[in-house]
Amino acid sequence: MTIGLGHYLAVAAILFTLGILGIFLNRKNIIVILMSIELILLSVNINLVAFSTFLGDIVGQVFALLVLTVAAAEAAIGLAVLVVYFRNRGSIAVEDVNLMKG
Amino acid sequence: MILPALFFYLFAAACVASAVMVIVSRNPVHSVLFLILAFVNAAGLFILMGAEFLGMMLIVVYVGAVAVLFLFVIMMLDVDFVELREGFIQYLPIGIVIGGIFMFELLLVVGAWVINPAVTKTITAAIPTNVSNTEALGLVLYTKYIHYFQLAGMVLLVAMIGAIVLTLRHKANVKRQNINVQNARTPEMAMAMRKVASGQGLQDADAAEWVK
Repeated sequence: MTIGLGHYLAVAAILFTLGILGIFLNRKNIIVILMSIELILLSVNINLVAFSTFLGDIVGQVFALLVLTVAAAEAAIGLAVLVVYFRNRGSIAVEDVNLMKG
Repeated sequence: MILPALFFYLFAAACVASAVMVIVSRNPVHSVLFLILAFVNAAGLFILMGAEFLGMMLIVVYVGAVAVLFLFVIMMLDVDFVELREGFIQYLPIGIVIGGIFMFELLLVVGAWVINPAVTKTITAAIPTNVSNTEALGLVLYTKYIHYFQLAGMVLLVAMIGAIVLTLRHKANVKRQNINVQNARTPEMAMAMRKVASGQGLQDADAAEWVK
């Protein structure tokens, strides 16, 4: 049996769902939520690369590279915000984010 | 032909299993380590697909930078992670319901999709067969998509500056080097010549001024 585009799309779909599930299950822990977002971005990258290689168009890989860049930047900023938040509140629980009484 | 399929299932199974462990693991450090495992296996999938450069990039960027960043932050924060896991069971049913609906929809899409034959005629930059993947990527990235490339660099620059600005703090009681003051210092400011009378030494007032 040969591995086709559908197999890779299925893996990406499972990873995406796991990322969503991770956000729901760890609603209090911002670090795990950030990791779940990384999983979601990884599944998007798998989709882009799968379509790129199976259709023979390299632009998908260029886009995957850009997604990778944005994911790295997002992780850096997210963790910096997390560190500042921890300094101010001494906690990283999501429900403690109520300084602005929104 | 059996070998690529075998490796695909190996990488895919390990990737999905470690993704599961990322979200259910009790200890966030274990979560990060499983995240690294998931990324390494995804890199294996990329290489299997023929995107070697992106596979290696995934290892360098994610495992080398992002995951280590996560690890540092988790070790730096003194948080009771057991307390943060409260409500895990409580949110499990709703999470499984929503995840199940999502999975069902995605699998419907994956199961029913068909590629429009016209798509193969509108390929922007076909993958060349006579050069390596890295070279092929460079040939498009640095010519056709140079502006996207530079924008990606700007995004990284802004992220770097933003992270520094967010986390930098000046403590009040820490002495810092002031290079302007150091450069403006002259011998006259730094030392004074005194004639010390024999047997008397320096007077306190003189000494105080000298110290200043």
